Amino acid sequence: MNQSLSLSSLLPLELEQVSFSHRGQTLLHAIDLRLGPRGKTIVMGPNGAGKSLLMRLCHGLLQPTSGTIRWAGKPQASRQEIRRRQAMVFQRPIMLRRSVLANVCYALAVHGVSWRQRNALAMQALEHMGLAALAQRPARVLSGGEQQRLALARAWALRPDILFLDEPTSALDPAATKAVEDAIEEFHRAGTRIVMSTHDLGQARRLADEVVFMCGGRLLEQTPAERFFEAPASLEAAAFVRGELIW
Amino acid sequence: MYDNSPWAAFELIARMDPVLISIVALSLKVSLSAVAIATLIGLPIGAAVALWRFPGRSLLIVILNAFMGLPPVVVGLAVYLLLSRAGPLGKYGLLFTPTAMIIAQFVLVLPIIAALARQVIEDLWQEYREQLGSLGVTRRRAIPTLLWDARFSLLTVVLAGFGRASAEVGAVLIVGGNIDGITRVMTTAIALETNKGNLALAMGLGVILLSLVALINAAAYLISETSRRRLG
Repeated sequence: MNQSLSLSSLLPLELEQVSFSHRGQTLLHAIDLRLGPRGKTIVMGPNGAGKSLLMRLCHGLLQPTSGTIRWAGKPQASRQEIRRRQAMVFQRPIMLRRSVLANVCYALAVHGVSWRQRNALAMQALEHMGLAALAQRPARVLSGGEQQRLALARAWALRPDILFLDEPTSALDPAATKAVEDAIEEFHRAGTRIVMSTHDLGQARRLADEVVFMCGGRLLEQTPAERFFEAPASLEAAAFVRGELIW
Repeated sequence: MYDNSPWAAFELIARMDPVLISIVALSLKVSLSAVAIATLIGLPIGAAVALWRFPGRSLLIVILNAFMGLPPVVVGLAVYLLLSRAGPLGKYGLLFTPTAMIIAQFVLVLPIIAALARQVIEDLWQEYREQLGSLGVTRRRAIPTLLWDARFSLLTVVLAGFGRASAEVGAVLIVGGNIDGITRVMTTAIALETNKGNLALAMGLGVILLSLVALINAAAYLISETSRRRLG
């Protein structure tokens, strides 16, 4: 559906000198970043590095104080159209006070899918994430892991070009984390660009094609995964990979 | 002489006294209509004030909150002036009709529903904002979503409005006139019968008024609690 509407991909995504300030405090300093059309980028860094902020700016939930964000070379032309081809999964999934199925249908409705198609597409997405049996359950009584899978199913139904995930497993147990990681691989196989933040090194090693390392509101490096874990370019990243505290 | 034994009130209830029944029916009609209209208008107003930032918003919120405590007699007087022969709406001849009473109670209840709904919706919006923004939901589109998802809390808001409408006597007395068989409702009848010394009827009406309000609240509470527990 979304793919059929769009002839070309949203990507690459380019950030040029993007800064973000809030109440006189500069939280992101002149970020330059280019995300190519494919792959899994893991955004790493200590708490307060600006990982979540960076993803919210990319996703369009926040507007940069200065600098430009360009999708496929065009400055944010139709925000509505660009938004519809992205999805984001948050650290704490927010579910509407409705059934599991209705939560997915709602997202489809917002994206302009006719009501005739909604149910089938939503069920398909739920089956994909192993939630079909829970379709009629109220979404907010699901466990944390199930809710996060529902958030992924909701994103899956929207067939985004790019999926942002903000520490999606930080509150989950290992089994639920595994399910989320498997789902991310599924998105990847389906051609969705993955951008995910985490401070779990093991998870980053498992998933990353490329690592973006941030510290103190600055982007310190963007390095292919293998190189990042073997020989990070920045001192801070090297300390981070060794598991030392950095400030 | 009136029979003033405490049993007289129950006897009136037990034999379904027709005067009593008509008074009860009119009370329910007036208050439920006023609350229904105030809900239809007040919920969207509350949601809009919760979601949009505009000049004078804080002032509007203060006014809405302050108007929750409007004295019914003052509202009654204002609506009286509006509807009286010489008033701007005098030509419709609404004064001393049940319609006038609905209007007066609507004015009383609207700020309660709008102000409380504003608070409820604003809290929920804080929770949903990022997720709805991520899905590409516009603010206008968010209003029905938030109203539906806040339905249980909003039911309590509507009940607060109903409590106000069913309990007040000042506004309906002034604009309705407490005319026997036309605009007499429970609260005005209780005041009148007490003055006349017909304490049995007054007491009977009081008991019924209390039970009806308790019944409606209990039903709403049960419905909302069971669904809330089901939906988490």
